[in-house]
Amino acid sequence: MNKELAIDAEDITIAYHEKPVIWDVDFQVPPGIMMAIVGPNGAGKSTLLKGILGLVKLTAGKVGIFGDTYERQRKLVGYVPQRTGVDWDFPTTVLDVVLMGTYGRLGWIKRPGKTEIYQATEALEKVGMRDYSTRQISQLSGGQQQRVFLARALTQDAEIFLMDEPFQGVDAATERTIIAILKELKHAGKTVVAVHHDLQTVPEYFDWVTLLNVRRIAGGPVKEIFTNENLRKTYGGKLSFLEEKESSSPVEITPSKGEQP
Amino acid sequence: MIGEIILIAILVSAACAIPGVFLVLRKMALMSDAISHAVLPGIVIGFLMTRSLSSPLLFVGAVGTGLLTVILTESLVKTGLVKEDAAIGLVFPALFSIGVILVSRYTGNVHLDIDAVLLGELVFAPLDRISFLGYDIGPRTAWVMGIILLLNIGVLALFFKEMKIATFDPGLSKSLGFSPVLLQYILMISVSITTVGAFDAVGSILVVALMIAPATTAYLLTDDLKTMIILSVIIGIVSSVLGFLIAWALDASAAGAMASMCGVAFLLAFLFAPDRGLLSQIRRKHSQKLEFAVTMLTIHLSHHRSEKQCDLECHEQHLTEHINWDRHFASQVVRKAIGDGMISSSQGLLKLTQAGEQNVKTAMME
Repeated sequence: MNKELAIDAEDITIAYHEKPVIWDVDFQVPPGIMMAIVGPNGAGKSTLLKGILGLVKLTAGKVGIFGDTYERQRKLVGYVPQRTGVDWDFPTTVLDVVLMGTYGRLGWIKRPGKTEIYQATEALEKVGMRDYSTRQISQLSGGQQQRVFLARALTQDAEIFLMDEPFQGVDAATERTIIAILKELKHAGKTVVAVHHDLQTVPEYFDWVTLLNVRRIAGGPVKEIFTNENLRKTYGGKLSFLEEKESSSPVEITPSKGEQP
Repeated sequence: MIGEIILIAILVSAACAIPGVFLVLRKMALMSDAISHAVLPGIVIGFLMTRSLSSPLLFVGAVGTGLLTVILTESLVKTGLVKEDAAIGLVFPALFSIGVILVSRYTGNVHLDIDAVLLGELVFAPLDRISFLGYDIGPRTAWVMGIILLLNIGVLALFFKEMKIATFDPGLSKSLGFSPVLLQYILMISVSITTVGAFDAVGSILVVALMIAPATTAYLLTDDLKTMIILSVIIGIVSSVLGFLIAWALDASAAGAMASMCGVAFLLAFLFAPDRGLLSQIRRKHSQKLEFAVTMLTIHLSHHRSEKQCDLECHEQHLTEHINWDRHFASQVVRKAIGDGMISSSQGLLKLTQAGEQNVKTAMME
């Protein structure tokens, strides 16, 4: 495993009931970049993230985080799951959810104290949600939920941030806030990898991209990789975005959102 | 003796309420029902091996079959062929029926009959006593439940944060290194032990009521997990003590009365809970409707104020015709609008105030 790489995943295959969701994918992420994982519904984008995080079993392949296994390096990895994956009626407050980001560092049994609360409040401040810290989480809008999840990942104090569709169903203001924070993380030398759906914004938001459709179609700097040819290989003929792009009148066309793994 | 019975009732309901909260939040309420039935074969096998009803092996057997329920259910679900509720419905009757067959075939005239298992006998619990160095130190059930309660409190004190994150966000929990599977089994062991312990006193049906009803009630009353746990313990204790006293006075089944009181507590919260109760929801809907109607009225007035038939359109009498409100609702809306300072009325002719104009503006902006 390569120590120089933030994420070095080799030959990853993940199958549910013998049906491969991801097939022999090599996935390499140098540190300090912002990478989008792009591909059609059912391409295995979320599954790839989950495989890296050890949330689903790898049928084959191995994952290195800065040259060591995920289990040993988990403190270096922050995770923002899809916000639709949790029960927002859970009886807890915004601050409490953000505090969960500090649990990994605390380890078993130890409780969050003043330092952690300070850190969580700071993270909330960053995402513009400080005034909401005592709110019950069921009162939040979709965009606010996503901000809370981002704040939670910030308290993980990680080197690598893996985000599963951070922009899904959020308002424009939230999208701007999130992208600003992600760029800030990048400038601080952190690595950001996000499953992303809106092809239109890929060149604007990210500097690297991986095109995935069960297999890895292509990956690298956006300028080199985000080409019509590669996109056509990834999406097949079903992408109106391409025609728009070719006729150079960019209109937002995205493949349908809300994919579940 | 009645004091000892009440003490047992308190210990049982407090011990049940704690794991109940997490079962409810994990949407696994049915699992307590399943476990409470599935412990029977474990108890019977333990009894057959030791020929004693007070052997700790009964406990071990019961917890074993309790966990077996969870394991079997989850492996059925994992095949992808059976949904979780169906899997639970398949597994626990199978285990329970094995227990029933064993009881009827092998235990003959021992006190281990189906009625006692289902309903328990709280009133008889103080009769089974334990002594230490020749001194009577109280009913066995009280000691057993006391220890189980301490155990549950201990688990909660140690793993509160872990239980919380594994329940709220299993994905993050696993990625941080807190295995949700391990925590689930800790919870299930706690449910199984509590079920078996509470069994003698209240039977397997009431155990389910004591685990699920107080937690569900507390869920309606609070937005905070810690408060929810404390509340459900209190609700469990109050309803079971009250239930027992009622049963005592009426000479009725203690278990039945206790379970009923849990139901009553839930019903009260369901109707009257400050935020989530049915009544406050109806009230909120009504006031939203009224607020919306006031906005509609102000917009209506602002549209028609410069027209010729303004006198006609802007008259209280005509709201019923033009906006399709019945007379009662129209006058309610007008009264609220005047009360809010949105409009003024002179002899039934309605006029927007400055605040009303502002209201129109903000409404139109959205």
